[in-house]
Amino acid sequence: MVKKYAAFLFALATCFSLVACATHVEPWEKGLLAKPDMALDANHIDEALDDHIYFSKEASSGGRSFGGGGCGCN
Amino acid sequence: MQLITITDFSGVTSARKSNGFKQELTFATAALLGLSVAAPSVAEEPGPWKIETAGLVYSESDSRVSAFEPVVSAKKEFGEDRVFNAKLVLDSLTGATPTGALSSDNVQTFTRPSGQGSYTIQPDELPIDDTFKDTRVAFSAGWLQPLTSTLKGGVGVNVSAEHDFRSLGLNGNLSKDFNQRNTTLNLGLGFESDTINPEGGVPVAFAEMQPANSTPTRQAEDDDKTVVDTLIGITQVVNKRTLMQFNYSVSQADGYLTDPYKILSVIDDATGLLVSSTGVNRYTNLYENRPDKRTKQSVYWRTKYRFDRDMFDVSYRYLWDDWDIRSHTIDTRYQWRFAPNQYLEPHFRYYQQSEAEFYRPALLNSDVTNNTLPEFASADLRLADFSAITFGAKYAHRMASGSEWHLRLEWYQQSGESSPDGLVGAAKDQDVFPTLSSVIFQAGYAFEW
Repeated sequence: MVKKYAAFLFALATCFSLVACATHVEPWEKGLLAKPDMALDANHIDEALDDHIYFSKEASSGGRSFGGGGCGCN
Repeated sequence: MQLITITDFSGVTSARKSNGFKQELTFATAALLGLSVAAPSVAEEPGPWKIETAGLVYSESDSRVSAFEPVVSAKKEFGEDRVFNAKLVLDSLTGATPTGALSSDNVQTFTRPSGQGSYTIQPDELPIDDTFKDTRVAFSAGWLQPLTSTLKGGVGVNVSAEHDFRSLGLNGNLSKDFNQRNTTLNLGLGFESDTINPEGGVPVAFAEMQPANSTPTRQAEDDDKTVVDTLIGITQVVNKRTLMQFNYSVSQADGYLTDPYKILSVIDDATGLLVSSTGVNRYTNLYENRPDKRTKQSVYWRTKYRFDRDMFDVSYRYLWDDWDIRSHTIDTRYQWRFAPNQYLEPHFRYYQQSEAEFYRPALLNSDVTNNTLPEFASADLRLADFSAITFGAKYAHRMASGSEWHLRLEWYQQSGESSPDGLVGAAKDQDVFPTLSSVIFQAGYAFEW
């Protein structure tokens, strides 16, 4: 049981440590973070096309986000 | 007219046009404070359509699969951070794909999936079905809007269709900002319903491939499956230059998960030679069978770091499922802005997976004759133990008008075990996993309308 959820617990612990380690950034200090290339979906077209290739060639998919429609290729 | 772009940290970029200094000041103040403030005078004024178009060509070596994939995506903000997006993708595929059967020292004849006609594979060549030809159309649309000053909600729909497969999906997500928008908690739920209508019908598990133009052993015309995806994630502003994302996701598939076109060779227990069947150059091949449930879980970590001009993006995903597949994926990009309006972005990706517990390169004849076949078996190379690398680069140029075009060229290569466990005698001399190489080329153009 512990082993089954070990990765999840590790993920959760990392999340908390991530938040704890982060320095507080004031809104007026976010100039660089507000650049369009820092958006998490800045490359969404490339990523969607790549996801489709890897989905049809590998046994893994998802993780980053979801959606985009199924495919009969797997 | 001036454009002010405000990016929030859940990855949504919104843009508004302002007409005067006062409005500019209002937006600038809102951006600085990290608040979702809509200016009353322009709240009702929708932004421009942001259109992104691209065409991708994917081409495998040895005349295997070729694909051409044009895509058009449109996004528009309707004020007050309410965003609509839609995407249309066409996917045209031709070429040949491995069937799962072993290569051999002899000529082999296989029946086409429809049951009508046959094809022949020369000695020492990997059996591939050259009738692979399909066109897929996929459409998705979504709506995102604030629900409170720190909570956003989105809904989406996606449909896709190809000649033997249809899919309908719905999804919803919530994102909640904390800590002056330095932390965002994301929650997503997706549901997908798929119907597969294979060429020639759904084969009976482990039924023998019949000679051409005889009655194939089929269980139904079509079958279906459902997939439920759940994702929980956190996005954190680490410092003035660093953004970090962490996701945990679960995907549960239920229904027909077998590939109706994949087969397994049957080999002699002692010699490893293919077992003959009725007809010239014909050998015994059985249709594969997979479990009807699969639960995948993954953890995903991503960091984006912004230099003064350049940007570095790295991610890692660990995925595991109840088919015993474990995979590691590392993906890195470096955006080198060598000029104010141009960048070059090298990309490297490494992927490695372990085989599914029911992966078998072939079946033993004694298991067929004694009726002791495993409950599930597949020789699909996508379920085998292998690693893959992708490397290449993207070049993008932003023009004075604000439009941007890009070119991308990448190589993808898969390498696996040429002689995995489960083979005996002569079968060990065959290359089960020839290296797969492919080229990916993409051209795109983005503009506002």
